[in-house]
Amino acid sequence: MLTKRLIACFDVVNGRVTKAQQFQDNIDVAPAADLAQQLYEDQIDEIVFYDIKASAEKRKIDLETVRAVAHHVFVPFTVGGGIRTIDDMYEVLKAGAEKISVDSMAVRDPDIIRQGAEAFGRQCVVLSTQVKYQGIRPGLPSGYEVFIDGARLATGLDAIDWVRRGEDLGAGEIVVNSIDRDGTASGYDLDITRAVADAVNVPVIASGGAGTVEHIADGLTAGAAQAAIISSILYSPRFERNLGVRELKDALVERGVPMRPYVAG
Amino acid sequence: MAAATPGTLLAVIGVIDYRAGNAPSVGYALERLGIAHRLVATAGELDDVDRIILPGVGAAQATIDSLRASGLVEPLTARVVDAPTPFLGICIGLQVLLEHSEEGDVDCLGWVPGRVRRFPDSLRVPQIGWNAVRATRPHPVTDGLGPDAYCYFVNSYFAEPAEPADALGVTEYGDEFCSIIGRDNIVATQFHAEKSGPVGLALLERFARWDGTC
Repeated sequence: MLTKRLIACFDVVNGRVTKAQQFQDNIDVAPAADLAQQLYEDQIDEIVFYDIKASAEKRKIDLETVRAVAHHVFVPFTVGGGIRTIDDMYEVLKAGAEKISVDSMAVRDPDIIRQGAEAFGRQCVVLSTQVKYQGIRPGLPSGYEVFIDGARLATGLDAIDWVRRGEDLGAGEIVVNSIDRDGTASGYDLDITRAVADAVNVPVIASGGAGTVEHIADGLTAGAAQAAIISSILYSPRFERNLGVRELKDALVERGVPMRPYVAG
Repeated sequence: MAAATPGTLLAVIGVIDYRAGNAPSVGYALERLGIAHRLVATAGELDDVDRIILPGVGAAQATIDSLRASGLVEPLTARVVDAPTPFLGICIGLQVLLEHSEEGDVDCLGWVPGRVRRFPDSLRVPQIGWNAVRATRPHPVTDGLGPDAYCYFVNSYFAEPAEPADALGVTEYGDEFCSIIGRDNIVATQFHAEKSGPVGLALLERFARWDGTC
């Protein structure tokens, strides 16, 4: 059967993984290539890499670090940050990524989703969304609003309307990243994660807030997500004790969540 | 250009490098395994490779268009169908081997009889993630997969070979579908062998040692 996935998330600055809280106050963790190699050996299911400054600094993505990570990682690898055009996507794929994550740029120019899906296949385009609960009001039927630019800019878009549109345009996966929960270790926002999973037919990935095994299990069951993005729990220096991939997977299997079995050797 | 190293793996694998593909990822995996290989973007570069991998992440139409634009369809057919050179297709590199794909209603290479169909809407599509692969018969490339081999899939479409004997491995997503094709000197995996961790790397290594016979 298809198992659920644990995805390690790298917020990369100058080739190094950093860890933020609610999209702010990034602290340094480790070189991206080193952490990627370690997590690959620990049998993480997937890695996602965001060049978090590329968009704000209006520059292209850091392809050198993408290549360095791709050299060590023989599990799927998604890259995002500063992707504006089909040619940007092509360069990232050529550097060794399997999937492209689009976020703020897709809100500004939704056609990039369609173009990416047409050129590289729908499965190649991941629509990542930053969502925040604002209360139900006219024009915001789900109560959740889409933000862009590192959670700084409100778009007025309703989260559910936006993910449906993204799916129609050709997104092959949707990441639901809760701004309120990001880096807080208080658990995924299960309400919006499940609402998105109900609204679209593509896989949905829970993101933002996982601090315990229970949080991850909840995201993959009550939250109805197919995959869980984790970072703090693996390597945040703010955590008293980080957990290993195998430890997490064993605990998830105990809770009835199907995971890829650990391969010996 | 990588050269064959005497005493180890003698073959040089040509990894077909086209716009809609992910040849570099396959190259990194072969590099990790110490297997001689080079990227092949033009017909002339096909001449002195001993094995061929056709990787893929794209859509069927984009893949076929890209292979045609590179002038690779005829020389590939000559090497794989007429020669016959050991060949491994990966993901879309499996799907384009069949005669026709529902994805874009496109005619494909037709080296393997059958067609490519979309998963039903009752499933979450694309299928993305690690799923179990069960080999259906012995074969030099898939022997060693083990009873509990999980591999990484990213696909909205799946192959339906016309001849059941061409299905070398099966996987369950809703119903059972053909996740590995094996026919003469052709093997192809619907999953990304280059992204399936130690299980996938071991399969690539067995392909590098395979002489194309069963």
